[in-house]
Amino acid sequence: MGYMENMGNMGNMENMENMGNMENKTKTTAKEKKKTEALLKVENISLSFIQYASGLRQTELKVISNLSIEAHSGEILAVVGSSGSGKSLLAHAILGILPSNAKLDGKMEYNGQQLTPEKKEEIRGKEIALVPQSTNYLDPLMRISNQVIGCVEEKNEGLMKKVQRDIFQKYDLKPDVDRMFPHELSGGMTRRVLVSTAVMSSAKLIIADEPTPGLDEKTLNETLSYFKDMANRGCAVILITHDIEAALKISDKIAVFYAGTVLEVANVEDFKNNGENLRHPYTRALWNALPQNKFQAIKGHQPMQDEVIDGCIFYERCSKKNELCSKGIPQLKSVNGGVVRCNNVS
Amino acid sequence: MLDKDKIAGFIGNKILRLLSLLIVVCFVSFMLIQYSPIDPVRAYIGEMPVSAEHKANLEEYWGVNTPPQEKFLNWAGDALKGNFGISLIYRMPVTDVIKERFTASLVLMAASWLFSGILGFILGIIAGMKKGTWIDKTIKIYCYVLAATPTFWLALILLMVFSVYLGWFPIGLSVPIGVTAENVTFLDWFLRLILPALTLSLLGVAQIALFTREKLIEVLSSDYVLFAKARGEKGLDLVLRHGIRNVALPAITLQFLGFSELFGGTVLVEQVFSYPGIGQAAVAAGLRSDVPLLLGIVIVSACFVFFGNAIADLIYQFVDPRIKQQEASI
Repeated sequence: MGYMENMGNMGNMENMENMGNMENKTKTTAKEKKKTEALLKVENISLSFIQYASGLRQTELKVISNLSIEAHSGEILAVVGSSGSGKSLLAHAILGILPSNAKLDGKMEYNGQQLTPEKKEEIRGKEIALVPQSTNYLDPLMRISNQVIGCVEEKNEGLMKKVQRDIFQKYDLKPDVDRMFPHELSGGMTRRVLVSTAVMSSAKLIIADEPTPGLDEKTLNETLSYFKDMANRGCAVILITHDIEAALKISDKIAVFYAGTVLEVANVEDFKNNGENLRHPYTRALWNALPQNKFQAIKGHQPMQDEVIDGCIFYERCSKKNELCSKGIPQLKSVNGGVVRCNNVS
Repeated sequence: MLDKDKIAGFIGNKILRLLSLLIVVCFVSFMLIQYSPIDPVRAYIGEMPVSAEHKANLEEYWGVNTPPQEKFLNWAGDALKGNFGISLIYRMPVTDVIKERFTASLVLMAASWLFSGILGFILGIIAGMKKGTWIDKTIKIYCYVLAATPTFWLALILLMVFSVYLGWFPIGLSVPIGVTAENVTFLDWFLRLILPALTLSLLGVAQIALFTREKLIEVLSSDYVLFAKARGEKGLDLVLRHGIRNVALPAITLQFLGFSELFGGTVLVEQVFSYPGIGQAAVAAGLRSDVPLLLGIVIVSACFVFFGNAIADLIYQFVDPRIKQQEASI
């Protein structure tokens, strides 16, 4: 628990470096693993919804386009983007729980195998676990222990009950929590219960969808430490969040999500000083917008989902744009240990 | 301890409400009858020819010229003692008439209430699960047609098809004509119950099925079902585990709230099938100006509907853990 206590003291970004030292050990193990194959590979996926516009005319609303990420075992990949930019849909796409009017293109690989819809259905809940964001994701009329145990065969129920109790014990959830209903849980307890569901599944890939909204400093750090633990035990963790500070505290890599695509995947060490090491102008702008940095916002807003954009999706707001940027989506380039979608980086 | 206190409070509250409701219901019905062109003397003598002198005596006996407030107080005073007077058309105490008639109706209502509840719930679950498919559409159309069908019309159709053309069931009444009470078999009685109960059930199905369907679709699109899916639950297991759990309570509550419609339907159905229940008695009492019986039935039916609503409230407040919790924290 020493880790958590340290986390509690880390109010601001200047301490990030200390944290880097502290986490040296995990960093090296993570680095070793980088050379191995990614557990989850998402390549150029696009997601659109078929909607009925006026009358019977169908339109396609594109919410994710040309998105590529990779998740490695033992690492935390944070997907950071503003609220409402379609981050949760990415999680649902990986799990295969999108609504029926969604259309998903592109390639996904899990553990070297093609991730088809059938495969997703087979492994979700077993190999891939979702940690949802709020108590709304718990059945309001089911007792907590039953929910966490989930749907199991009767003969295994006793065993699973014991496993569940052990996990709860570890997360400091008292025996009376077992018999509670979701509305009786406090915010912190809800968080630990939701995390328990993932631990219960012994999944290798954990997708946490906004696991830290509206939490106080202490609970936030505590929750983050659970994910760090999972990564240390060898899980690949995808942390989807709008809170870049929270992401920087524990992640190994940060994928910057903007208007349905990932503009840059940077290493966490790149986020320092004035962001000289960051590759994409948007990432730099995001970093400089933080209160403890320059506290400067850039003009404009993300393009709407129904806007058709020919060139770089960030073109309108970019300070370094040139003619090339308005024609065609920039290719994904590997630069300095990260990847970026920008013409002006070499 | 807390629960005991709460239940006592709940029951006390309900009794108070029932009493105040009954007072108002009695008063209003009494006044309605008072100002309606009902002549109890005419109701009593029927078509018999009587002399003017005899008629005056009867008017004196029935208290036609007593002021209304005095009449009401007299009646209310007797009613409090459990004496609701003598029914004019059946020539026996109102309480006896109601006891006999209500028992017959209760069997009819209970049967159709249960049947429509279970069938409606199952249909609703199927439709909700298969939303958008032809099964869902069929169930929905069936429900819409039924919801738009007048009770008496459906009763007539069933009677025509099954009793007249097919001859499967007897045409009416609750027992065969010309058989003494001791010789009526269970089967005789049961066969005559089927069609009226079926009519009431078929109509009751529509509301509960549509409601269940709507509720299940809502539940299935909820975040917690999405999460359950993410954890690998699927298909029927998922619906049984999360759907039924979350739909059952509101559906049962709705079914209890439907007591008033059930009672209203019974009146019509009993009339069509000549089933000697409380509904038929109510119609007879109304048409033939049997004031004591009418008032008695009004009170009983008010209690009946109130009872249904009270149970719905009870379920809502004591069974749903969310409400239970909220109440406790106030």
